[in-house]
This record gives sequence, C-alpha cells and structure tokens, in this order.
Amino acid sequence: MPDTTTTSAVSSAATAVLPGRAAAPGTDRDRTVRIALIVLGLSAAAAAPFVLYPVFVMKVLCFALFACAFNLLIGYAGLLSFGHAAFFGGAAYVTAHAAKVWGLDPALSILLGTGFAGLLGLVFGALAIRRQGIYFAMITLALSQMIFFLALQMPFTGGEDGIQGVPRGMLFGVIDLNRPLAMYYFVLAVFLAGFVLIWRTVHSPFGQVLKAIRENEARAVSLGYRTERYKLLAFVLSAALAGMAGGTKALVFQLASLTDVTWQMSGEVVLMTLLGGMGTLLGPVVGAAFVVMLGNYLAATSLPVPVVIGAIFVVCVLVFRRGIVGELAHRLRSRPSRDR
Amino acid sequence: MVTLFGIPAQALFGQLLLGLINGSFYALLSLGLAVIFGMLNVINFAHGAFYMVGAFTAWLMLQHLGIGYWPALLLAPLVVGLLGIVLEKTMLSRLYKLDHLYGLLLTFGVALMLEGGFRHWFGVSGMPYPIPAELRGGQNLGFMFLPNYRGWVVIASLVVCLGTWYAIERTRLGAYLRAATENPVLVQAFGINVPVMVTATYGFGVALAGLAGVLAAPIYQVNPLMGSNLIVIVFAVVVIGGMGSILGAIVTGLGLGLLEGLTKVVYPEASSIVVFVIMAIVLLIKPAGLFGRER
Repeated sequence: MPDTTTTSAVSSAATAVLPGRAAAPGTDRDRTVRIALIVLGLSAAAAAPFVLYPVFVMKVLCFALFACAFNLLIGYAGLLSFGHAAFFGGAAYVTAHAAKVWGLDPALSILLGTGFAGLLGLVFGALAIRRQGIYFAMITLALSQMIFFLALQMPFTGGEDGIQGVPRGMLFGVIDLNRPLAMYYFVLAVFLAGFVLIWRTVHSPFGQVLKAIRENEARAVSLGYRTERYKLLAFVLSAALAGMAGGTKALVFQLASLTDVTWQMSGEVVLMTLLGGMGTLLGPVVGAAFVVMLGNYLAATSLPVPVVIGAIFVVCVLVFRRGIVGELAHRLRSRPSRDR
Repeated sequence: MVTLFGIPAQALFGQLLLGLINGSFYALLSLGLAVIFGMLNVINFAHGAFYMVGAFTAWLMLQHLGIGYWPALLLAPLVVGLLGIVLEKTMLSRLYKLDHLYGLLLTFGVALMLEGGFRHWFGVSGMPYPIPAELRGGQNLGFMFLPNYRGWVVIASLVVCLGTWYAIERTRLGAYLRAATENPVLVQAFGINVPVMVTATYGFGVALAGLAGVLAAPIYQVNPLMGSNLIVIVFAVVVIGGMGSILGAIVTGLGLGLLEGLTKVVYPEASSIVVFVIMAIVLLIKPAGLFGRER
C-alpha cells in the first residue's frame, strides 16, 4: 500500500508483534517471554478439543490458516486480493474429489488441492500483477467469479449440491481420522505447518523484499529487484496455502460446496484479516476465531448475518484500521516509550 | 409472424436483443463507476447494491404509495442519490487521505449491509414489477419481434449515457469536474468548492445505478441479490474498458453485452464466463484496458 499513514501503521504493528529488527535489541527477556507465549499457545491448542467442541476449533483453525495465507499478500506485499475464495473453494473441490472418487489418502488429497490452488494462483497472479492497486482487487474478484461459474456448471462439482459425504479416511493408512481427536490433531498439524511456513517466509530475505515492495515499489525496482517475480511468488504461495486450508476444511466438514467459492467468502477472509490486524502474524488467527464465533452465535439469533458482518467491516475501516492484534501491539509499544 | 426467418435467426436476434439490454445496464453501471472513480479515486463496491435499492424503491413506491413507473423513474434515483450523499458525507469523506483500498473495503461493507438487510426483510424470491401501460405490446420489425419496453430501455440508457458524456466533456460544469479530477488543490484555489463537487459526483454516480435499477425492475424481477451478481461482471467490464474514458465505458458495456448474447446462441455453456475470459485476454495484450491510459 503506497500510502504513508496506513503503511506505517501496518509496518509498526508488524515489527511490534514480530520478532523483527526493531525488537532485536530487546534481548533475553523478550526472548523468554516469546518462548513462554509459544509454549502457552501450543498447550492451549493441544488442550482445546477437551474444552471446546472439536469441530468448532477445527473450523477456526482452517479459517485461521486461510486468513494467514491471505495476510501474507495484503499485510506483507500490500496486494489486496478479492478472489481468494477461488483457491480456498477450488482446493476444497479437488481434495473432496480425490478423497471420495479416487479414494486417495487424506494427506495426499489435501496436497493435490494445495497444488491445484498453487497452479491456479500462478495463472491468476500472472494476470493480476499486470495491474496495481484497485485494479488488482477487481481482477482477482472477476477471475474468482469465473471459478464460481465453472464450479456451478462442471459435472464433477455436483452443482448446487456440492460434493457431499467426503470420507476422512485413514491417514497414511494407519490413523483413523473419523475419530474426532485424531482429526483435530491432524488439522492442528496442518495449520502449524502452514503457519510456520508463513512465519519463516515473512522473516526471510524474501519477506523483507516483499515489505520493501509494499512500502515503495518504485524504489525496490530501482534497487534492482524484479518486483513482478516477487509479487507472483508471494501470490502463488498465498494461493497454495489458502488451498491447503480449503482442502483441510473439505475433510473436516466432509463437504465441498459452492459457498466456499463465492465472493462473499473472499470478503469474509478480508474481514478476518482486517479485524485481527493486517500485517501482524497472529492477527488473522484472532480475526478468524472472532468471525467464526460470531457466525455461530448469530446462527442462534434472528439477526441477519451479512448485515452484522457488513457493519463490522464499516466500523473496522472507519475507526479500527489497526485491528485487534495491531491495536494491542501499538498500545504495548507506545507505553514503555512514555515511561522513558 | 415470429417465424419469418426460421428458428435459428429468431433465437439469434432474441439473444442479441437480450445482450443489448444487459449491455445497456453494464454501460450505465460502469459509467457511474468511472465517474465516481475519476473524482473520488474510490471503486464503489456498493454500486450493485444501489442498483438493487433503486429497483426496490420503485417497487415499494408502487406497492405502498401507489406511485407509478414514470414518477419512480425520477424519484427512485433521487432517493438513491440522497442515500449516496449521506454515505459520502458521513463515511467515505473520512477515507480520502488513506489508501484507496479502504474505500473499496468500506463500500463492500455497505453493500453487504444493504443486501443483507433487504434479504432479511423481503426474502430472496423475486417480486414482479408490471410494465407501464404505455409500453406494453411490441413491434414486428420483420425479422424479429421487439417488445416495446425493451426497446425503450435500450434507448433510454443510451440517451442517459450520452447525456452524461456530453455534460462531462462539453459543459462548463464538466470542465470543472475534469479539472478537479486532475488537480483538486489548484481548482479549489480558483474558488471552486471541490468537496461539494465530490459529494455531488458520488450522489450522481449512484443515482445512475438507481436509475438502472428502475429500468431493470420490469425486465428482471426485483430481488435483493440482483445487484451482487451484476457488479462483478461490471468490474470486469471496467477492467476491459479501462476507466480513462467515459465513451470507453459506454462502448465496452454495450459491446460486451452483445458478445454475451452471441455466446448464448453459439455456445451457451460459456455465456456466464465469456466476459471474464475476455478480461484475461485484454490483460495479456493491453493491460491498461481498451480505452485506458497506461499509468
């Protein structure tokens, strides 16, 4: 995003939450706190299915991975894709088809879905990065709508019904994923793998170049970086990870349906990321948990869900652009500077 | 009388007419988007929702106030325009200093609220809107049968589109508008109230969407979701045409509508995706769009 006020907000939030350059002199105490937080988070995730309804937590994890993948583009490369549902839902169809019709191993099915989403991301990305900013958003939206129409018409997707009764199967032929706990830890493992990959990407030299492109693409070009390639690679990576989330979701709910490829789904992942905090690692996770919880809560009331979602969107854009995690990080960071 | 040329030709002309009507709506909507984008640098995601609100306003006025089609043709765009002005004043105007993407996100939220609200109150089934008495029936053109109302829609939207083009390109007010698009600070220094112009532009742009909604009401059914499917296609139309020129938006809209109609005859399965395929091809050959300027 070229604008200075937003980008500085995003990047300051990013450096505050992430162990980046700015926090580097923060030394041993920070490190201990960070490790303690990671251990705490992991044990909470491990204990979650005993406290909460496992399918609910799995849903949160799938959407959290989806939002993290989306955040890799908007938060670190400054590219707003409005068509990520195509990768999420497209991969869900491929995974469901592989697991149900071809009877493949669940892990392999998800891998196929991920690969499909990555290839689709390559095609979409190659087209969309030819334009910038608002046009980029419109192009990704239009291309994903094309996938929606294909999903509606092609015979193997089952049209309005979707692919139902997808078997979860035996992981590596050994672990029965029909047991809720086994399925839960499998989903947790998939999520963690994706999350660690994003974490590594963001902190790699590649991630730094992405941030440079976000802050000032012209300058990155003048420094000799082929920004097109970096953006395309980031797009493919984001699409593939969104696909991994979609494929996993298809196994969790044993269903791949049109809902997953609608542009409303693309909007929902934007909201999760915006609400949690763009450009923060944990923001999308928090945002996803919030939106999924909200969806569950609203389903029990008579309130119309899109109206509430839309209202949150409006409020976030108007007064809460840092998001939950971004705002927290901003508060935490500004307090010590006042003490000094 | 309808089988003068045999079935295939009949189907061809029928689909082309349908395409021309769709194209008129694409042209009206992408014109509004282009006008708003030129002035505000905002892509108005709520454009489809305002189109739907325009149709609903006409329907509600007929149902509850007994106001017919002709007054509604004027009143509904006015209502929608006022709604747009309120939205611009209270929300959009706070975002101009930020990245343009926030405008897109805000109007997306507004679109969800409008569509969700109407869906909640009126359900998803379509409500029929009667064709006004003056325009019932049709003309036999020799090679095809042309329903009067459909002919009227094509002519009316063409007149509105060309009128807008004339107002922007050929009048003094339009000159101010174009100048303010290029350099708002300088225009303001000359004593022209740019913020008011921005507000009025947004109001006018969404009023065009509202007008399209009223025109569409007797053809398609009045339905809360009528705008959301249209807006994505209109986005593709805008990408294909490029937002640089007003005439470009009109020509691209009509052309793509016709092409979609033609596809329905030749290869019906592809008719829903043909616009997107063309968008991909245009992006490969001329990324700035057919009428756009390379920036």
